[in-house]
Amino acid sequence: MTVNVLMPALSPTMEQGKLAKWLKSEGDAVKAGDVIAEIETDKATMEVEAVDEGVLARILVPGGTENVAVNTPIAVIAEEGEEVSDAAAPAPAPAQGDGAAAPSKAEAETIAPQSPAPVSAVSPPSAAQKAAPEVPEGTAMVSMTMREALRDAMAEEMRRDPTVFVIGEEVAEYQGAYKVTQGLLQEFGAKRVVDTPITEYGFAGVGVGAAFAGLRPIVEFMTFNFSMQAIDHIVNSAAKTLYMSGGQIRCPIVFRGPNGAAARVAAQHSQDYTAWYSQVPGLIVISPSNASDAKGLLKAAIRNDNPVVFLENEILYGKTSEVPALEDFVLPIGKARIARLGKDVTLVSFSIGMTYALHAAEELAKEGIEVEVIDLRTLRPMDTATIIESVKKTGRCVAIEEGWPQCGVSAEIAMRVQQEAFDYLDAPVLRVTGKDTPMPYAANLEKLALPSVSEVVAAAKAVLYRS
Amino acid sequence: MVEKSGGATNAPTVPPFTREQDLTAFREMLLIRRFEEKAGQLYGMGVVGGFCHLYIGQEAVVVGVKMAAQDGDQFTTSYRDHGHMLASGMDPKGVMAELAGKRGGYSKGKGGSMHMFSREKNFYGGHGIVGAPAPIGAGVAFANAYRGDGRVSLTFFGEGASNQGQVYEAFNMAALWKLPVVFIVENNRYAMGTEISRASAQIDFSKRGDAFAIPGKQIDGMDVRIVKAAADEAIDWCRKGNGPYLIEAQTYRYRGHSMSDPAKYRSKEEVQKMREEHDPIEQVRARLIANGVSEDELKKIDANVRKTVSEAADFAMADKEPDPSELWTDVLA
Repeated sequence: MTVNVLMPALSPTMEQGKLAKWLKSEGDAVKAGDVIAEIETDKATMEVEAVDEGVLARILVPGGTENVAVNTPIAVIAEEGEEVSDAAAPAPAPAQGDGAAAPSKAEAETIAPQSPAPVSAVSPPSAAQKAAPEVPEGTAMVSMTMREALRDAMAEEMRRDPTVFVIGEEVAEYQGAYKVTQGLLQEFGAKRVVDTPITEYGFAGVGVGAAFAGLRPIVEFMTFNFSMQAIDHIVNSAAKTLYMSGGQIRCPIVFRGPNGAAARVAAQHSQDYTAWYSQVPGLIVISPSNASDAKGLLKAAIRNDNPVVFLENEILYGKTSEVPALEDFVLPIGKARIARLGKDVTLVSFSIGMTYALHAAEELAKEGIEVEVIDLRTLRPMDTATIIESVKKTGRCVAIEEGWPQCGVSAEIAMRVQQEAFDYLDAPVLRVTGKDTPMPYAANLEKLALPSVSEVVAAAKAVLYRS
Repeated sequence: MVEKSGGATNAPTVPPFTREQDLTAFREMLLIRRFEEKAGQLYGMGVVGGFCHLYIGQEAVVVGVKMAAQDGDQFTTSYRDHGHMLASGMDPKGVMAELAGKRGGYSKGKGGSMHMFSREKNFYGGHGIVGAPAPIGAGVAFANAYRGDGRVSLTFFGEGASNQGQVYEAFNMAALWKLPVVFIVENNRYAMGTEISRASAQIDFSKRGDAFAIPGKQIDGMDVRIVKAAADEAIDWCRKGNGPYLIEAQTYRYRGHSMSDPAKYRSKEEVQKMREEHDPIEQVRARLIANGVSEDELKKIDANVRKTVSEAADFAMADKEPDPSELWTDVLA
């Protein structure tokens, strides 16, 4: 009896990886525990061990193959002396890249938030798309993941300003728990890329003290869930000191790391802190949805003289999108981006919420509904003017976020819209949010807890009084 | 209180001060004492509001450390901070005006007693959160080490704060990275109203850095000479790149934790005994007299200090409240 060896997942969010090399050849005897191959993603490298005893009968995916989808059969192990015909071996299928035209079967059936469809949060090219105003016409674009864009932003700023340094857990030797700081230690050395003990409260305070004294720390939280240990220094020390000192003591610091739900990591590792931090005067809060915004805004955040909470998203780290090939690409803080032009209804979101919004816009377009999608990018200060201008045109608004509903970002958006565009509204503002529960672990419950494209579609139709 | 090293009873073991040093210490400590007395009065008059924590009784700690520090060394402390600001050389007028919530205050009236800073004088607060100075002071030291500028961060907090987790997180990183920071635990024996033995399993606070191999020294913080000598050693240790150093200065506050202290947790006799037998200023006065300084000269110093303080109070009372537009300034840089 033959056993298929499948492409394993290295992390809860991995969808594909590279089969780097085979350590065994066809015909070699293997026993359980033998390392037979090495695979890698942009996040990590791992060894594949045989779990059965037998002979490596067929290698289905040669060493060096990129983009091998998780669960693709990569080899066949047969019992000693067993014949394996070529026909018996399943054909490997390369994984789809971001922005692939045809959705896979599973995606066609249902777009599952925990395994996001292969569309980055940047709107797909369409006639309706408005060119980003920040980038000069004719600028060459390069494809990169958000992870690479963030790393490049830090590296560029560290080259530019010797007072910029990175501090946090596993940022140096490990190359970043999510590989965002990959290569920084090699280029900048241990003085400027500082591994810390697991001590968020302490290193957040150390970062704040260093910023008071004139350095520009980038404090990485492995995830923002752990920033709750440090929130005292973020709020009481970093955000308030400029005010409490009558403008004397600046705190130029960036607190960054993945925020919100990843996949299947349950309640204590899946919280969205956008609303928490965006309530605090003295902080700037940024949460980008794509590589280009991530790069341009992280560079701006590092240069800014205020404490910046920079909320990334683990699921978006591996998403590829186009980034302007400019020597110094810096975006304005506090400016929303119109990701898609439309006249019928305004969807407002940010970060991974943009994925639902843009998918919903595509769905609604099939029914002739022209959706305008606004990516806030900066939550504090919030670009209310861009929202209001859009709502004045469409008369309808739906806000989307993964965070909890009560006192959430969407609640704030709804408030501002009713205050500043009440007479233009043709329907109450609706919101699509994470559900008002801790994040469950079970796959089906997690999916229910998160917003979905169908909920966004339904909300948009509701404000349009269509069914 | 370490009786054995207190006062002048075992003077030979105490590093001597020159007459000039004693005069400096006397003047500086008296300035803090008189300033705090005035602040207390103004609180009673409703000029100073909110929380107001007086430093009376503890003056030798910050003055002794300041006498050991060099220009450029930074001071960071928590909310019992008026003494540290005066010792750092900040203008008493600006400090008092801040206590009064006036526009001429160091923070334009927006920080108050607990939250004051002076970039010019390298004073990094003035923090209202117990324990917060430890990592912030370590962070200031991180910047010193990063620049290699030879500065030392002098970081003060109370023995009550020493039970905060963030203090040990800061100790660990300071030792790990050999940061030039002197942690000075001002042990005034009461965390608000809780006596040390009711709150601390280890009341020898100089040992609180043992787990991180931070050298610690327990000293009589009522004798400014002893404080200066310990601070000399600690600052030298830090400046040479050996990492952090911990000083437990045993001291005592005569006044309540804040102005609304019911004073039910200790006896009047205990306070009286400390004032009579260990007062940091009286110790210096007695030495100066013994060294031939006249009462008149000391009275003249006191009169000058009183003048400075009453000018500060006059300034604070006469100064205007901040312009309403200041509500919206300094939120973001």
